[in-house]
Amino acid sequence: MDDYRYDNQTVNGFILSAIFWGVIGIVAGLWISVQMWLPSWNVAPYFTFGRLRVFHTNVLAVGLGIGAIFGITYYIVMRLTRVPLFLPKLARFHLYLFNVAMVLVALSLLAGMNQSVEYAELEWPLDVGVVILWVIFAIVVFGTIIKRKEDQMYISLWYVIASIVAVAILYIVNNLAVPADLFKSYQVFAGVNSANVAWWYGHNVVGFLLTTPILAMFYYFLPKSTGIPIYSHRLSIISFWSVVFAYLWTGAHHLVYTPVPDWIQTLAIIFTIFLIAPSWGSVVNGYYTVGSDWSAMRTNYLTKFFLWGITFYGLQTIQGPSQGLRTVSQLIHYTDWVPGHVHMGTMGWVTMTVCASIYYVVPKIYKTEIYSIKVANTHFWLVLIGQLMFSITMWITGIQQGAMWKAVNPDGTLKYTFMETLVPNYPYWQMRTVSGLIFTVGMLFFIYNVLMTMHQGKQRMAGAGV
Amino acid sequence: MSGRIYSKPVAFILMSVLVIAVGTLVTMVIPMLTPQMHPRLEALRVYSPLEMAGKDVYQREGCNNCHTQTVRPLRTEVMRYGEYSKAGEFAFDRPHLWGSKRTGPDLARVGLKYPDMWHYMHFEDPQSIEPQSNMPSYAFLTGNPLDQTSVEGRMKAQGLAYSEAEIAELEGKTEMDALVAYMLYLGHAVPPVVESAEAGEVTMEELGDHEALEHAGEETFEHQCSACHGKTGEGVIGPSLRDKVWLGVEGDIDDKVIFAIITNGTQPGLEYAGRPAKGGMPPFGNALTQKQIWELIAYIRMIQK
Repeated sequence: MDDYRYDNQTVNGFILSAIFWGVIGIVAGLWISVQMWLPSWNVAPYFTFGRLRVFHTNVLAVGLGIGAIFGITYYIVMRLTRVPLFLPKLARFHLYLFNVAMVLVALSLLAGMNQSVEYAELEWPLDVGVVILWVIFAIVVFGTIIKRKEDQMYISLWYVIASIVAVAILYIVNNLAVPADLFKSYQVFAGVNSANVAWWYGHNVVGFLLTTPILAMFYYFLPKSTGIPIYSHRLSIISFWSVVFAYLWTGAHHLVYTPVPDWIQTLAIIFTIFLIAPSWGSVVNGYYTVGSDWSAMRTNYLTKFFLWGITFYGLQTIQGPSQGLRTVSQLIHYTDWVPGHVHMGTMGWVTMTVCASIYYVVPKIYKTEIYSIKVANTHFWLVLIGQLMFSITMWITGIQQGAMWKAVNPDGTLKYTFMETLVPNYPYWQMRTVSGLIFTVGMLFFIYNVLMTMHQGKQRMAGAGV
Repeated sequence: MSGRIYSKPVAFILMSVLVIAVGTLVTMVIPMLTPQMHPRLEALRVYSPLEMAGKDVYQREGCNNCHTQTVRPLRTEVMRYGEYSKAGEFAFDRPHLWGSKRTGPDLARVGLKYPDMWHYMHFEDPQSIEPQSNMPSYAFLTGNPLDQTSVEGRMKAQGLAYSEAEIAELEGKTEMDALVAYMLYLGHAVPPVVESAEAGEVTMEELGDHEALEHAGEETFEHQCSACHGKTGEGVIGPSLRDKVWLGVEGDIDDKVIFAIITNGTQPGLEYAGRPAKGGMPPFGNALTQKQIWELIAYIRMIQK
């Protein structure tokens, strides 16, 4: 059966799960964006900003992000190896376990079970669950790659392998903790050392979840949708190894001006600057690929998603290293500039690339065409506008905040109290809610388009008497 | 980096592990094996069970999403928050709670800043103290009693020393009490830097028009002082300023001493006109100009009449 040959049901299940958790996470994002300027929207104890913010980041990074990564990676790996998934039943179990885990993730975070390590908030029983999910993923992917029929492993597979290996190491080390009871544990690392481990993890988990698996999608789906092969194989080799090598040195750029030893900070800053080169290796490779035939921008609606996605990746990897520099960090660290930066990566690079990949995959699974290119284009422009408004607004208010914190009177006393530096943020925070709404409407267009494509595919299959 | 590795998955996996391990070893594992990553200030006190329970509440409520706990060694930052954070101040924090965003102010030195009453009022209803604040109310913590067995288990899990008496003292305490105790703990290990208490070049006489001074002082008072000393100095959290009792002792003090108190605050260890300070008031020397302080004194003298 074809369904078994390429296990599309599992892929499809992950895509639907990712969309479901995406909606929940985005709604939480809108909610906390309102709480920033309207504290009465905090509903204690379960829905205060402190709990909802980690709910928002986890549900989107894990639910939408990893959910989509699991599904689309399975899709890519089957095609690039030309064999069905290794242990397809295990992969199906993976899908179910993922959703059970996500329910527990969402509930436990609202209940306040929180390790307080950024991007590693989950308490220890769920950490165990995450490790099991990851091991299953590794078994299925590595197993499939090992029994492959295609001798050479394509670029996307390199990124998949590196992501699986890196996240496993990062996650296990950073989450080493002593449980006090079922719902509470304490990290084995303390103080300065804990900070150094936490950001070695925090920076790289973003790198190996929201960068490398997404690059795997980019390198697979860009040539697939445009029909143009990747411009330079050599460039992708250089980019790959230098990204994977350099990433791990850079965590402490999150700790500039903290009590972490200066040499670790400086080393991190140096490697961060170096990272611009390999990151742009992928950007340039993307541009030159489409550059051999720019008409692809017109003829295939997906091209612009991928090209804008990689553009935001490029901007992100220029902005990030600049932020690491001590002079820049002084001004913008701890301000709203940082969420502006993060959301250019997530709403720009990650979401655009993931959505475009889903647009490519769903019609293939359902043996049909995309429901509406027009709807996809509306989706594109709305998320683009929403994301740009979001980030630019936050950059402006972030610089303002940082400057006000540092402002002094002619006699050397501080010019503003903390409250005086907070109040001017309100109009910008309101503006962010508006841009979030625009982005959300864009995502609703996307979801509608995907669901209608599935519906259309089912009808055609039924009509064909399959 | 060309050749056969791209068709040998096992070799590729091993190669990836190696490449990832280099930076990991140099920046994370090796430093961890050296004493520089495990510093502890002598003055750093172990959390009491009550303070530790407060830290747990802080973590559960995700306070670290809006508040940092590390003062950077930058001039204006030290002026705003107090002495910059030292590596040895965090030895009992598993994990560290430095945070990455300051929607609200840094809390590394908050324990030296406000008395417990301030925190109770502020957690109950932040807008009653700062009307334009966006902080949520944490009034519900008052209704959550602490569980002695659970707190004890958590102290044990972290290997923190405690006494039976300290556990017994938790009887009748709520999560609110714990959180406030944790706030007061923050920053205790580093003594505050005292600004010069000199009244400086400016004197009240030189500033001229006394009525204008009083008027300007009233405005500054409303923004900076009224939350603790009351709308017209009648006293709420802090003492009344309308009487001639200073630092709990009857009898007036010189304007210059008031100037010194406003500049340096009332952190324990300081002494003004032979009267020991008992804590509760933060220093304002970095937030107010000398002229503003004189204006405040003019206003205080006015309301005393």
